[in-house]
Amino acid sequence: MTKWLETHLPKMVLAPSFIAVLVFVYGFIAWTAWVSLTRSRLLPRYEIEGFIQYKRLFAAPRWDTAMNNLFIFGALFIIIAMVLGLLLAILLDQKIRTEGVIRTIYLYPMALSMIVTGTAWKWILNPGLGIEATVQGWGFEGFSFDWLVDPDMAIYTIVIAAVWQSSGFVMALFLAGLRSVDEEIIKAAQVDGIPTWRIYSAIIIPSMGPIFMSAFIVLAHLAIKSFDLVIALTGGGPGYATDLPATYMYAMAFSRGDIGQAASSAMIMMLVVFAIVVPYLYSELRAKND
Amino acid sequence: MTDLAHPPARKSGAFGKIVLRWVLYILLGLFALYYLMPLFVMVTTSLKSLEEIRTGSLVALPREVTFDAWKTAWSGACTGIQCEGLRPYFWNSVLLAVPAVALSTFIGALNGYVVAQWRFPGANIIFSLMLFGCFIPFQVVLLPMARLLGLMGIAGTIPGLIFVHVIYGIGFTTLFFRNYYVSIPSELTKAAKVDGAGFFRIFWSIFLPLSLPIIVVTVIWQFTQIWNDFLFGVSFSQAGTQPVTVALNNIVNSTTGVKEYNVDMAAAIIAAAPTLLVYIVAGKYFIRGLTAGSVKG
Repeated sequence: MTKWLETHLPKMVLAPSFIAVLVFVYGFIAWTAWVSLTRSRLLPRYEIEGFIQYKRLFAAPRWDTAMNNLFIFGALFIIIAMVLGLLLAILLDQKIRTEGVIRTIYLYPMALSMIVTGTAWKWILNPGLGIEATVQGWGFEGFSFDWLVDPDMAIYTIVIAAVWQSSGFVMALFLAGLRSVDEEIIKAAQVDGIPTWRIYSAIIIPSMGPIFMSAFIVLAHLAIKSFDLVIALTGGGPGYATDLPATYMYAMAFSRGDIGQAASSAMIMMLVVFAIVVPYLYSELRAKND
Repeated sequence: MTDLAHPPARKSGAFGKIVLRWVLYILLGLFALYYLMPLFVMVTTSLKSLEEIRTGSLVALPREVTFDAWKTAWSGACTGIQCEGLRPYFWNSVLLAVPAVALSTFIGALNGYVVAQWRFPGANIIFSLMLFGCFIPFQVVLLPMARLLGLMGIAGTIPGLIFVHVIYGIGFTTLFFRNYYVSIPSELTKAAKVDGAGFFRIFWSIFLPLSLPIIVVTVIWQFTQIWNDFLFGVSFSQAGTQPVTVALNNIVNSTTGVKEYNVDMAAAIIAAAPTLLVYIVAGKYFIRGLTAGSVKG
C-alpha cells in the first residue's frame, strides 16, 4: 500500500492543478466557443445556430474599428518599443559607470499597472492643462496637441503610453542578449579594425534572433490583451474611436448584455493570439526535444 | 561587451573620444528624463492645490506644498456614490494579493518539483498543456468564470477573486519552479530515495531550502501581476470588494463634481506604491521574473 502510494504520489500532487487547467482553461474555452455559436443575449443559450454571431461581429462597424485599432496600435507599439529598446540597450552597453541606476530608471514603468500609467498620461496629454497648455504658456501660442480628444489621433496616445510603459523591459531583454554574445568573436573583430557600428550590425544583432523573437511575442501578446490602458486613458473614446477587441468584448459581456457577441469576439482574440504564439511554442518545444 | 568610445588602436583621437562619450551620456540622460517625467509630474501635481494647477505649468514645482490631495485620495475621494477614498480598496487588494500569491507560489513549487524531478509518462504533455494556459487571452474565460463564481456563491467576493488569481497563476508559477528545479541534478533525489526519504521529505528538506531565489522571483512576479490586475478585478468584484486598480479608475473617471487632478495623481501614486516599492527594493529579482516569464525555457 505505501509502495503504491509512493509511486503514485507525484501524479496525485500534480492532478488537482492539471484538472483545474483542463476545466478552467480548456473547458472554459470550449464553453465560450459553444456559446459563440448560439443566439445568446443576456443569458447563455445552448442551441447551436451556426456562425450568426461571427456574421454579426464582422458586420459591426464598432468591431471593425476595434480590429483596425488593434493593427495600428499593435504594429506601432511593437516596432517603436523594439527600436527604442534596442537603441537603449546598445547605448547602455558602452561600459557606462552608472548603468545600474539608469537601468532602474528605464525599467520602473514596468512595475506600474496600466491603470496608473493611463491615469498619468491622461493628465499629461490633457489639452486644457497638460503638455499643450504648458507649451502654449512658454509663448508658442499656436501649439496644438489634442490627440487625446481627437477621434482620428486618440489611438496614438495609447501607443505613446504603452511604449513608455514597456520599452524599458524590451531594453532589459536586448541588453541580456547583447551580453550573451561570445566576447571572443567581438574581440577578434576589434583587433581586425572593424568599426563598432559594423560589429553591431553584422555580428551582434544577427546573432540575437531568438531575443527578437521573444520580444516580439511578448509585445504582441501585450498588445492583443490591452484593455486596462485604454479604459484608463481614453475609456475607448472619443465615441468608440479607441476601442480594441478587449474593450469591445468587455462592453458586450458586462454592459450591453450581449453574451453571443462577447463570446465570438473573445474567440477571435484567442485565434489571433494562437496564430502568433503557437508557431513559436511549437518551434521552442521541438528545439528542446532535439 | 563592445565599446563605442574606445575603438581599438586607431584614428579618432582623444578629442573625438571625449565628444562621443559626452553625446552618449547626454542621450542616456535625456531618455532618463523621458521615463521620469510622468512620475515627476504625478508627484508635483499631487502636492499642488487645484488653484495652482489651473494657473501654473505642468512641469513647474509646487509653489506651496500641500498634502490635502493625499488625504482626500486616501480617505475621502469618491468612487461612484461612496466617498471613502482608496483606503478600503487598498486593503481589499492586500487581502486579495497575500493569500493568492502564497497559494499560487506554493502550488507552483510542488508542481514544478513533480514535473522536474519525478518525471512520469505524460508529465511533459501535462506541463505543456499548463504552459499553454499562460498564453490565452483571459477574455475567453471571463463569461464561464462569471457563471461559475455565481454557482459557487462567491461571485463579487474577495475569496472569488483569490480563486480566479490562483487558478490562472498556476501556469506561470509552475513554469518558474520547474525551470529552476530542472537544473538541480536528479542524482540528489535518487540518493535521497535510496536513503529512504519519501516524496514530501525530499521536497521539504532538500528542495525548499535551495529555493529561496526562485521563491522571491515568483512571489514578486505574482504580487505584481495580482496587485496590478484590472480585468479580473473589474469583472468579478462588486461595490465594496473592488481592488485598488478598479477604485482608482472609478475615482479618475467619475464624472460628478469638479475634476480634482491633484487627488487623481495622489491616488495613482498610492495605488502604484506597493509594486514600485517592491521594484526598488528587489529590482534584480523583478527583472529576473520578467525575463523568465518571457524567454520561456
